[in-house]
Amino acid sequence: MLEKAFSGSKRYWSWVIFLLVLIGIGFGSYLYQLNKGLAVTGMSRDVSWGLYIGQFTFFVGVAASAVMVVLPYYLHNVKEFGRITVFGEFLAIAAVTMCLLFIIVDLGKPMRLFNVLIYATPHSIMFWDMIVLNGYLLLNILIGWNVLEAERNAVAPPKWVKKLVYVSIPWAVSIHTVTAFLISGLPGRHYWLTSIMAARFLASAFAAGPALLIILSLIVKKFTKFNPGETAIKKLALIVSYATIISIFFVILEFFTAFYSNIPSHMHSLEYLFAGLEGHSNMVPFMWMFAVLAVIAMVLLINPGTRNKENTLLIACIAVFVSMMLEKGLGLIIGGFIPNAFEKVTEYAPTLPELLITLGVWAIGAFILTILYKVAVSVKEEVRA
Amino acid sequence: MKISRRGFIKLTGAGALGLGLLPVKNVLAGDHSNVTSDGKRWAMVVDSRKCGECNDCIVACHKTHNVPEIDNKEEEIKWLWKEKYEHAFPSQKHDFVDEDLKKRPFMMLCNHCDNPACVRVCPTQATFKRKSDGIVMMDYHRCIGCRYCMAGCPYGARSFNFNDPRPFIEEINKTYPTRTKGVVEKCNFCAERLAKGSLPACVEACPNNALIFGDLNDPDSEVRKVLREHYTIQRKPDLGTRPSVYYIV
Repeated sequence: MLEKAFSGSKRYWSWVIFLLVLIGIGFGSYLYQLNKGLAVTGMSRDVSWGLYIGQFTFFVGVAASAVMVVLPYYLHNVKEFGRITVFGEFLAIAAVTMCLLFIIVDLGKPMRLFNVLIYATPHSIMFWDMIVLNGYLLLNILIGWNVLEAERNAVAPPKWVKKLVYVSIPWAVSIHTVTAFLISGLPGRHYWLTSIMAARFLASAFAAGPALLIILSLIVKKFTKFNPGETAIKKLALIVSYATIISIFFVILEFFTAFYSNIPSHMHSLEYLFAGLEGHSNMVPFMWMFAVLAVIAMVLLINPGTRNKENTLLIACIAVFVSMMLEKGLGLIIGGFIPNAFEKVTEYAPTLPELLITLGVWAIGAFILTILYKVAVSVKEEVRA
Repeated sequence: MKISRRGFIKLTGAGALGLGLLPVKNVLAGDHSNVTSDGKRWAMVVDSRKCGECNDCIVACHKTHNVPEIDNKEEEIKWLWKEKYEHAFPSQKHDFVDEDLKKRPFMMLCNHCDNPACVRVCPTQATFKRKSDGIVMMDYHRCIGCRYCMAGCPYGARSFNFNDPRPFIEEINKTYPTRTKGVVEKCNFCAERLAKGSLPACVEACPNNALIFGDLNDPDSEVRKVLREHYTIQRKPDLGTRPSVYYIV
């Protein structure tokens, strides 16, 4: 089926070349980082994880969200999702690949990456994160590809694929749970030390992921002959609505516990993020942008009139995606390091090479997504022709 | 009681499974109150009353271990350094701390915890607690530079080589390795000196004998004597890490 990716319109090829250029820029920046060390990033002794780990965390959520189309379709026989499950699975493949790349670019010694396998250490959550992420990647490649091939050949997918689908459903939950455990079990990181972390992660994932899937479906609808279907998008919009509301609710819960208990160490990070601490306020505009966008999205999604209209739904989905990315892909990780162990504030801001490398990883994700979606759409166009 | 072969195999299997679950039980319901090393447990008492203006201990430590002098605060490497009381013990500070305590420097170093969070999170065992004496050590050749240990350590004891450290070392001590960029490092309680029977470099360098070093598991050791005779505190003891560095205030 991959041959489908090698023929396309002029617009398709320009997009692919555009992405390849971005990948090249990102790769060049990475070589620079590899040569000079992580000193070229904005990370420091105090804020020792930054944009890379934030983006990693966020895209684990995007990957996990594929389950929001797979579960209704396979467990509840929601037929409308049949047309787009493969898009969810292919989105997961691109997102997990991005996650793995974000981890690799964050490593001080990437050439020693395989030490994680050679010296497998089950008491480290990172070991389990490696297992679940790679397993999820493999599951989605096997499932997505085989289901699509079966659709092309107008036969039912092989039986073992369905068994893998059932495995992939709890597995999707596991990738984001384990990623939450990565940070929610560390003594002395008060902002992260909250048992609601995994639940919060899943809620924001099920908001941001399906929101992206809606945006992608609308793009597919506009630029190809394949229509993912009105009802599928409407159902997805409903999922995004509930997940967004639950996400915002969970954030409010964090505020309540911190500020009603009035324990300084529990309040500090939230104060830093939303109001600034000891005169340091780099993150404040971003966190307020998160809050405003989340509220706009919620209003647009709760109101059926705006939720069911394509234009306003698109705005709502972009607002959800951007707001969740600011909260989880930036604020959450940085907030955990500020203030530091000595209750001092060292701020963080990504540098240009760091941003270009991040852009490069994004471009790789978009590239994989483009190729896979091109194959999927071509097959679906061919089947329906 | 008559037992069939089938029944016997079933019972044996169940028994074997139970034995297999024993370590799980130890992890989930084990008694963590006496996590200790097998033999010695090195510890340090910092007598802050005796600590003066000099930096002799820091200089000795950093020279011995080829710790680079990096001026950029964000990328600096430090094994031993000074903090004010309010930063060293943030949960102990209050509005009316006496002037002397406010000004007094407190020496910060790796706590060589008995229950170290850094060791728990490290995905490659590049940082590990040595069974024989409880020192939390680093294998610079195994570290992948993921910095999970830095997120895990509640004491800010760890530094990451954002740069190649070698150009920042004034005079290289050839008896101790230098590091490369991309790995984490921290105080090692002078494991290399202890192996030869000498005291840690900082302890030896201190002109006021403000640093007392010894074996916690030996009731007659110098540290145990000092601990018996003085009121001492630890940094963030409520986190359950069981630090091996104590402070006399």
